[in-house]
Amino acid sequence: MLSASLKRLWHKLGSPRWFFALTESWVKVAGWSALVLLVWGTIWGLGFAPADYQQGNSFRIMYVHVPAAMLAQSLYIGMGVAGFIGLVWRMKLTDVAISACLPLGMVITALALFSGSVWGRPTWGSWWEWDGRTVSTLVLFFLYVGIYALREAIADQELRARASALIAMVGTINIPIIKYSVEWWNTLHQPASFGLTQKPAMPSEMWLPLLVMVLGFYAFAGFIVLVRMRTEILNREMGARWVRDWVQVRSER
Amino acid sequence: MSSLLRREWQVALRAKGAIINPVAFLLLSTTLFVIAAPDTVSSDAAAGILWTLVLLTQLLALDAMYRRDFDSGVLEQTLVSAQVPFVAVLTRIFMQWLSTGFIMVAVGPVLGILLGLPAEATPAIALAMLLGTPALSLLGSIGASVTVGFSRGGVILALLVMPLFLPTLIFGAGLVAAAEAGSSVMPQVYALSLISLVALAIAPFATLAGLKISLEMQ
Repeated sequence: MLSASLKRLWHKLGSPRWFFALTESWVKVAGWSALVLLVWGTIWGLGFAPADYQQGNSFRIMYVHVPAAMLAQSLYIGMGVAGFIGLVWRMKLTDVAISACLPLGMVITALALFSGSVWGRPTWGSWWEWDGRTVSTLVLFFLYVGIYALREAIADQELRARASALIAMVGTINIPIIKYSVEWWNTLHQPASFGLTQKPAMPSEMWLPLLVMVLGFYAFAGFIVLVRMRTEILNREMGARWVRDWVQVRSER
Repeated sequence: MSSLLRREWQVALRAKGAIINPVAFLLLSTTLFVIAAPDTVSSDAAAGILWTLVLLTQLLALDAMYRRDFDSGVLEQTLVSAQVPFVAVLTRIFMQWLSTGFIMVAVGPVLGILLGLPAEATPAIALAMLLGTPALSLLGSIGASVTVGFSRGGVILALLVMPLFLPTLIFGAGLVAAAEAGSSVMPQVYALSLISLVALAIAPFATLAGLKISLEMQ
């Protein structure tokens, strides 16, 4: 019974139209929660969290840097998972997801690198250090650029989808290897602020705002990805009847 | 299987340029490097330079990996007629490695001497090449398979595979540096072997998928 309904859901997920109707309300939820969380986290983190006893106020860059770095990786892994699903089940929707995650992921990775550089200036004394985790984020950026270049080079939509799905998958498998080898190579970075298995080393007044910011970034990413996916669906299904109906209903409102 | 190998072997033997050109490129670029930066000879940087140049050489050779067979239609025929396309792909990768990576096992130590690495590091260089270059051929094959249909795929190929080469570079250069310093090379040996094995596990499947995409692009 359950497996049958799950199977039906799975088949429905392959339909852009069904996804479009389903996510109509999700966009608002993601957008509003992103706004609330980001405003709340920013005010709390920048205004009320105590200053670090060693780094002073410069540690507050963390409230942008850490969520950006986490999101940068998650979005790439998300593309890899979407690519896997797309290759195995030949789902149209996964390429829409990849095309939505790609530019956002590139920008967020660039933001993580930039904010890290700004943070590195007061703490390490230079704008750029060839530190392990910095380099692995830089390599992540190059992985994004590779897929971007590949997508630009292939004109056919079907083949572009399959090629980028394949490369995203291979990249995702390689991310842990790259990460660990680069960290082994050289690291002066402070350890990750958040782990799943241990308590953060910071007091709760410092990490709670960070948690809010992380959630805010993810909600924001969800919002952007959904909006981009929906636009892309409309774009691809332009000739379909349901799109014309939807546009008509919208314009009459 | 054996006929595939025989064919690949004959192709490799008859296209001597495919073996000689990368070696010549490697020697030439090493010379350029030493002339441009004489201080790097017999310095700590030598092992890293050696590996970077090997990586670039491999990258140049990769562009031609499937190109001729792709253009002539042999590739499509091989994939259609092979009982197990997977094996055909693996054979091709193996031969590509024989004509580049395996040659590096012999050429690498010579380059090490040119770059002023101590004689004790020579076996370590050969070992690093032997363990590391399979990963370059395997991972590179994925990029080559996806870009073979492009008229100018070289830059995109580089963008796709260079990030994947990074772990090999780190542990390859690390192995040589450790041997130079006289410490144990076993951590790097294990790491390089692991990287090559992971590459072996994913590359044939991914290459096969990539080649199918490229063949449809024609």
